[in-house]
Amino acid sequence: MKILVPIKRVVDFNVKIHVKSDGSGIDLANVKMSINPFDEIAVEEAIRLKESGKASEIIIVTIGPEKAQEQIRSAMAMGADRGILVKTDAPIDLGGVEPLAVAKTLKALVEKEKPDLVIMGKQSIDDDSSQTGQMLAALLGWAQGTFASKLEINDGKIHVTREIDGGLETLELASPAIITTDLRLNEPRYAKLPDIMKAKKKQLDVIESSELGVDYTPRLEIITVNEPPVRKGGIKVDNVDALIDKLKNEAKVI
Amino acid sequence: MSILILAEHDNKTIKSATLNTIGAASQIGGDIHVLVAGANCDAVAQEAAQIAGVTKVIKADAASLEHPIAENIAPILVDLASNYSHILAPATTFGKNILPRAAALLDTQQISDIIAVESADTFKRPVYAGNAIATVKSSDAIKLITVRGTTFDAAATSGGSASVEDYSAPETTGLTTFVKAELSVSERPELTAAKIVVSGGRGVGSEENFAIIEKLADKLGAAIGASRAAVDAGYVPNDYQVGQTGKIVAPDLYIAIGISGAIQHLAGMKGSKTIVAINKDEDAPIFAIADYGLVADLFDAVPELTDKL
Repeated sequence: MKILVPIKRVVDFNVKIHVKSDGSGIDLANVKMSINPFDEIAVEEAIRLKESGKASEIIIVTIGPEKAQEQIRSAMAMGADRGILVKTDAPIDLGGVEPLAVAKTLKALVEKEKPDLVIMGKQSIDDDSSQTGQMLAALLGWAQGTFASKLEINDGKIHVTREIDGGLETLELASPAIITTDLRLNEPRYAKLPDIMKAKKKQLDVIESSELGVDYTPRLEIITVNEPPVRKGGIKVDNVDALIDKLKNEAKVI
Repeated sequence: MSILILAEHDNKTIKSATLNTIGAASQIGGDIHVLVAGANCDAVAQEAAQIAGVTKVIKADAASLEHPIAENIAPILVDLASNYSHILAPATTFGKNILPRAAALLDTQQISDIIAVESADTFKRPVYAGNAIATVKSSDAIKLITVRGTTFDAAATSGGSASVEDYSAPETTGLTTFVKAELSVSERPELTAAKIVVSGGRGVGSEENFAIIEKLADKLGAAIGASRAAVDAGYVPNDYQVGQTGKIVAPDLYIAIGISGAIQHLAGMKGSKTIVAINKDEDAPIFAIADYGLVADLFDAVPELTDKL
């Protein structure tokens, strides 16, 4: 079984972001970039399937700038076999390559690489759209198992347990399928130094996005990007009695 | 302009997030139709017909639609789409799963999780975990949108008298079959619709200790939430999680107990009207946004609060 794992280069989740003063977007200059955390979970899941003998090859793909090779190398250091960068200079967080365009790009790569399974994050932590996996499944006419917290593949049958608002739901998917990962699917490993060295020698192909014939013109125009209203802290109360008094007489919420 | 709402329901009643989605639709303006896709879902269709502002209910009633499987519902939206300027769904796991599938089939770039309607084609949505708000204008002919329920008023459940029209659902793809659901059963209010939410974090320490959170919640008639840390530690099920990737809540009163206040958690609750934090660490980030902070051991303060209310 061949697995394709699309990943995205995003601002590291620990970084406090700054909105540009001209309202055009987020300031990404000299900011630490990482693999989108949900995508890291997807990489880990694919590696576990390979370790258990169910997968034969793991291909990482990303769409982004030249530097996104760093994130592909990180995924290779975790254990993926090879990588593909679809190079574009368009922004990938806001006002550039949108989920639909990403899904179309991935569809072109799926048709070329013919994986049996695609595992990807349920959303990226920059634009927070949570669309790409579902869109790719639609364009391919494949089954989708979104927000997965458990994935079992036995005798070609795919069982995916999904985190839904009321609890958990388990679906059986026809193969090939798209899985999008939720937080509790697994805990990604840290790459070891020898593996980081080895990853440098693994195959990484760079394709110009124009070669795949997908139109990256945005459908959504970013009018402005602003800071959210700031919530000011209130006061500290001394004890439970004072808290109850405030809630009853000042906030009037109980 | 006509707007189609994809209703979330359990074949018995409409989920409240659907009402907020209709609230957002009424701000866009135009006829509002509701699609109820389910099995033996006539009661839901009748309920939808009573909602203020709804002029037509389209009922797709078929055994294959008993569970909201995206592969089966998206084609219905695609089939109906040409009659509409907008298609809206709640930004719940239900809407987030189905709507992008329909959007791709319609070659439309969906707008996720809107928090404000500026005009019929321009909307505000949070990005970067709510640390920035983007105002976006869509150039697509049909706008597919998911709606953050907590930022729109719910439509009234009565006052409407819409017609109910039957729709024959197409054959299903057979790509996906439902196996089972393990749903939390609770007498407490729904987390995203509750007026009061009491949430516990890692500081609560164990599944057993969560009983003190439950006692306070029951005294207040509140829903129970949790931080990601508490869910990851196994104190409570996943559907309790409040945060960027869990549920977004905005109750009148949010009580955060033993929660430090990671950005991820704040993204899910900072729209609450009044926030109370109880934590023994006086430097916990949660105090920076809490209206009322109490620096105390939660194992003393929470039972005392429960007793005195």
